Amino acid sequence: MRQYHLQILCGLLVALGLGFFLYKSQVMHYPLSPDTQTDAWLVEAHSSFRADGRPVKLSLFIPKSTQEYLIMDESFISRGFGLTTQLVDANRQATWSIRRTSGQHGLYYRAVVRRGNIGDMKDKTKIPQIVAPALEGANLEAVNAIIAEVRAESADTDSFVDGLIKKMNESPLDSNLELLLGRRSTSLKKATVGSQILAQAGILSRVLFGILLSDETKNAPILHRLEVRAGSVWRSYDVETGEVGLPENFLPWWRGGGDLIVSSGVDKLKTTVSVVKHQEEALVSTLSGVQVTNPEMFRFSLFSLPLETQSVYRVIMMIPIGAFIVALLRNMVGFKTFGTFMPVLIALAFRETQLFWGVVFFTVLVAVGLVVRFYLDTLKLLLVPRLASVLIVVVLLMAGLSIITHMLGLEPGLSVSLFPMIIMTMTIERMSIMWDEVGSYDSVRQGISSLLVAALIYGVISNKYVAHLIFVFPELLLIVLAMTILLGRYTGYRLLEIKRFGVLGKV
Amino acid sequence: MSLFATAKKLKEAGVLGLNQRNGDFILKYNPRRLFPLVDDKLLTKNLCGKVGIAVTELYGVVEIQKQIEEIEQMLSQHRDFVIKPSRGSGGEGIIVVSGKIKDLFRTVNGHLMSLDDIKQHLTRTLSGVYSLGGQPDKALIEYRVQFDPVFEKISYLGVPDVRIIVFLGVPVMAMVRLPTRLSGGKANLHKGAIGVGIDIGSGQTLQAVWRNSVVDEHPDTGNPVEGVAVPGWDKLLDIAARCYDLTGLGYQGVDLVLDKDKGPLLLELNARPGLQIQIANRAGLLPRLRAVEANIAKLKTVSEKVAFAKENFALHRDLPPISSNS
Repeated sequence: MRQYHLQILCGLLVALGLGFFLYKSQVMHYPLSPDTQTDAWLVEAHSSFRADGRPVKLSLFIPKSTQEYLIMDESFISRGFGLTTQLVDANRQATWSIRRTSGQHGLYYRAVVRRGNIGDMKDKTKIPQIVAPALEGANLEAVNAIIAEVRAESADTDSFVDGLIKKMNESPLDSNLELLLGRRSTSLKKATVGSQILAQAGILSRVLFGILLSDETKNAPILHRLEVRAGSVWRSYDVETGEVGLPENFLPWWRGGGDLIVSSGVDKLKTTVSVVKHQEEALVSTLSGVQVTNPEMFRFSLFSLPLETQSVYRVIMMIPIGAFIVALLRNMVGFKTFGTFMPVLIALAFRETQLFWGVVFFTVLVAVGLVVRFYLDTLKLLLVPRLASVLIVVVLLMAGLSIITHMLGLEPGLSVSLFPMIIMTMTIERMSIMWDEVGSYDSVRQGISSLLVAALIYGVISNKYVAHLIFVFPELLLIVLAMTILLGRYTGYRLLEIKRFGVLGKV
Repeated sequence: MSLFATAKKLKEAGVLGLNQRNGDFILKYNPRRLFPLVDDKLLTKNLCGKVGIAVTELYGVVEIQKQIEEIEQMLSQHRDFVIKPSRGSGGEGIIVVSGKIKDLFRTVNGHLMSLDDIKQHLTRTLSGVYSLGGQPDKALIEYRVQFDPVFEKISYLGVPDVRIIVFLGVPVMAMVRLPTRLSGGKANLHKGAIGVGIDIGSGQTLQAVWRNSVVDEHPDTGNPVEGVAVPGWDKLLDIAARCYDLTGLGYQGVDLVLDKDKGPLLLELNARPGLQIQIANRAGLLPRLRAVEANIAKLKTVSEKVAFAKENFALHRDLPPISSNS
């Protein structure tokens, strides 16, 4: 029953840890490696115009975050203009205005667009009503004729829209459509007319304006698509090919109708949209996304802490890994170390000193410390004063080492100050006691084995992938905990024991 | 032979590993609250006195610094004596005085100590230099064992002692530890003493183990160590078995010495006895421990337990079957 209890507990811990981990990595797309890069685009709309002293007002549609893309770090640059942004139907609009100005002006809207495949973004905008188009005379007749014709060849909304788009792209063009579209029709014209015809047929639709997020464009063309309401979703159609679904890298900008920018009181208005793609750390991009879409989750993560505290936790979160390795090496391999977690603390110090210098400093400190300790032994001191004396010597030694290595121009020497001096003192003390009791051979061997374990732990915790995984997915420590608990019930042989008792296997 | 093949062989031989000793026996059968009884030799000694188990006679206890000033008077009554820390471990801090030359005390290692040296040593002992974890300690001054000549030919200096592992009152395995020159006269296997298994059934010594390998003779005296009969073996088993009721520790090591005048004396008890005894006996502990677990319900008295041990753990006997509901 006790064993059963343990297994259930460990199973729960693993399930919990793994569950969070999988959710975050697979659904939230937290990157598994610190090197993962992701695409982000800097989108900029630039308007230039001349003003001649009249009141000026410009309204620019600006993009809205969608399920696929997040619009972040927006900035509006204008000199002297008042700025408001508001929601107009399904769109966002920025309005600049000024009472009186003249001369050449430039307005900028800038935003970083990141892929934001994060959770569900509920479309909160109201579903618009079908507005019957104002059609008269020949146009009305033409529309009705087209509707009748397409309806005869279709079964449902889907095939109706499909048939309509096909018809609009036929060559030669149906005469009714030619009347509506004109001889040289553009995609805007097709989308607008298509939307009117659909409205007349009682199908809700709208024109979608957007751009393609390319690698780099100075002047991104505005693309037009037709969005048709099908059930509870909007279905997007390419008005040239009839293909359904948004193409990759299509950033929806605004919907319905109207121009990108509407102005009053200006001359020579020219608006361009430019796109520049760049790479950024996936983690940065994911985190900024989570901050917007899932603020609760962000608040309960290490990333919400002040940066300074975060860097402390980057170290602290590594200690469990070190502790697990110590448990593993002691209980499964049979390594002996001075003090249970001494190697973990030494390994943490190695992070700063680097391995080579760490081992050098450790060896020098312990060796000199031991010599001093043996000398103190001849003075027959009592325990605590003796320990305190060794500690003082260790501190002096550390200061001396730092000064000497600094004078020699060896910068790593400065980090010797990060050695845990109490731990060093206890190590020296235990090593010298063991020296007396069991002999120099075992004592030095155990010292080396402690150092070896520390180096091994250093190897693991200084690995940037391990550090990234633990800091981004702290829930993995639950799995480490489960494994450590299981290790606590490991009653098999230690690896070195097999050697020790080997003679018994030959009986 | 690969590690796994060896591990499998060891498992078949029932060799107990440290992890299993700790997890399945010490954690399970030795409640932590009972540890002080055996970690403090004074407590153990008092406990034994109550139930009539013979121990080395206590001449005096030094508990506070003041008593050290008056130590001369106590020491003057005895020609030879032993000073040991009450909570010491691994034989550290023990001084064995074998005689006096004028004002100086002669130790068995041949050193001479002045009264001041002795006082200094006592002060260090009280401050906890030799105790587990460095806690303040007491010093015991006690009878120096005149060890039985039976092991004289096969030990070097020091006092050989007998270690018996007792599980739930049943002696399961035994060995005698013989000091060597390497061990500095101490009966401590880690320091190089020899461990020699003892047949539980007959009390005769088996092959010896020195530093994890099998030897036939004592490295210092060159005398064969096998086949020596331990005198008063049944008495030793009886004392060992009674130690379970004494402390309540299910799994313990009982250390005894043989005095030529006073017979077997209890030296100390150990709540975490080492596993080297398996090598000394060339046998695994596990089958014996499992056999005890399976049959303990039937074994009520000390004599029944000893009889069970002699019956089942004697050399070349098959172990009783372990019932499936264990």
